[in-house]
Amino acid sequence: MIPAPFTYQRAWSIDEALELVARGGEDAKFLAGGHSLLPLMKLRLAVPEILIDIGRLRELSYIRDDGNHIAVGALTSHHDLATSGLLASALPLLAHAAGQVGDPQVRHRGTIGGSLAHADPASDLPAVILALDATLVARGPSGSREIGAGVFFRGLFESALEPGELLTEICIPRPQPGGWSFQKFTKRAIDWAIVGVAVQGSSVALVNMGQTPLRASAVERALASGAGPADAAAHAAEGLTPSSDLNASSGYREHLARILVSRALEESVSRA
Amino acid sequence: MKVTVTVNGSQVAAEVADRTLLVHFLREQAGLTATNVGCDTSSCGACTVLLDGQSVKSCTVLAAQADGCAVQTVEGLASGPDEMHPVQRAFRAEHALQCGFCTPGMVMATVSLLAENASPTEEEVRSALEGNLCRCTGYHNIVRAVLAAASERRPS
Repeated sequence: MIPAPFTYQRAWSIDEALELVARGGEDAKFLAGGHSLLPLMKLRLAVPEILIDIGRLRELSYIRDDGNHIAVGALTSHHDLATSGLLASALPLLAHAAGQVGDPQVRHRGTIGGSLAHADPASDLPAVILALDATLVARGPSGSREIGAGVFFRGLFESALEPGELLTEICIPRPQPGGWSFQKFTKRAIDWAIVGVAVQGSSVALVNMGQTPLRASAVERALASGAGPADAAAHAAEGLTPSSDLNASSGYREHLARILVSRALEESVSRA
Repeated sequence: MKVTVTVNGSQVAAEVADRTLLVHFLREQAGLTATNVGCDTSSCGACTVLLDGQSVKSCTVLAAQADGCAVQTVEGLASGPDEMHPVQRAFRAEHALQCGFCTPGMVMATVSLLAENASPTEEEVRSALEGNLCRCTGYHNIVRAVLAAASERRPS
């Protein structure tokens, strides 16, 4: 199985990547690690005519302590996130969740920016950056702009990135003191989560409970009004309409959400 | 496009279609057919090779992405034709294979694991091999082989 024919172009700088994508227009797509895009292309679910390989832009692979926040370059691999000493102490939720993505081979190639820009609601990291209240930085022809994680995910595989924009950085505020947890339920080890949950303090975000990663607002409201983990978790599926597919019915996803949120809140409290 | 990859220490250069996958480049241009195409969907790990020292599934990497990089396949592990790499020796000694189809990928995933973690626990071995499927052995002997290779490599 090979992808449909396309033209491969390689960018050696951010400016060159932006030039190439401007020239390629809507037929062009950026290729980072390729672990979301290439499988889709092999299945003909994505058929870009031009692939712009940004994998050599080493300047976009970093994890930096900026005081009040941690800056993560969009091309930082899951492996580098999972093994970062800085993240282990400053943002253990992100380091831990990155270590649960796919398998070691996938984590060597896959990048945080690729995962976020792909905007798959079944991916782990989108929910994590939602729970962490991150800000995403995109560079386009007219400069950089910041997009809050809460408005970044627009729909199934749809982000707030405009055509011609490149996601360059994820800025994550240092969390308030508190616990954290990441839970996901899969059939087999390397599968996407049937449902997942990321908790940071009193922020709770869900994987695969709708068209986008979602904040579990009803749970957060319950926590804010003093509910304990079990009582708050009972609200996990409130107002949500998860999909039914080969892996799970909508009702089973709602059940899993309640169970996983409960486990995550309890684990988070035990770490606080 | 022209792609040049250092495969097991030797430069392999070829003119290939832009959509060529690394696994096909290795099998067809480099002539190294130990790396198997299994599921072709980045699930089974049979095509695992090292790209600049890290394990990757070569069915999900374009040859163009590996241009200018170093690739190691299972053929490049042993230091000579009559030698075996410690991981290969351990797989033989522990009977860690039956049909052998997953073995090149298993061995390369193990080499990558031991480069990152020289003394893995059994649990760490099992989770490091999550991306490699074996339909014969039930995994126990593979895990034993990885632990044996790790203890052989450790200076006593």
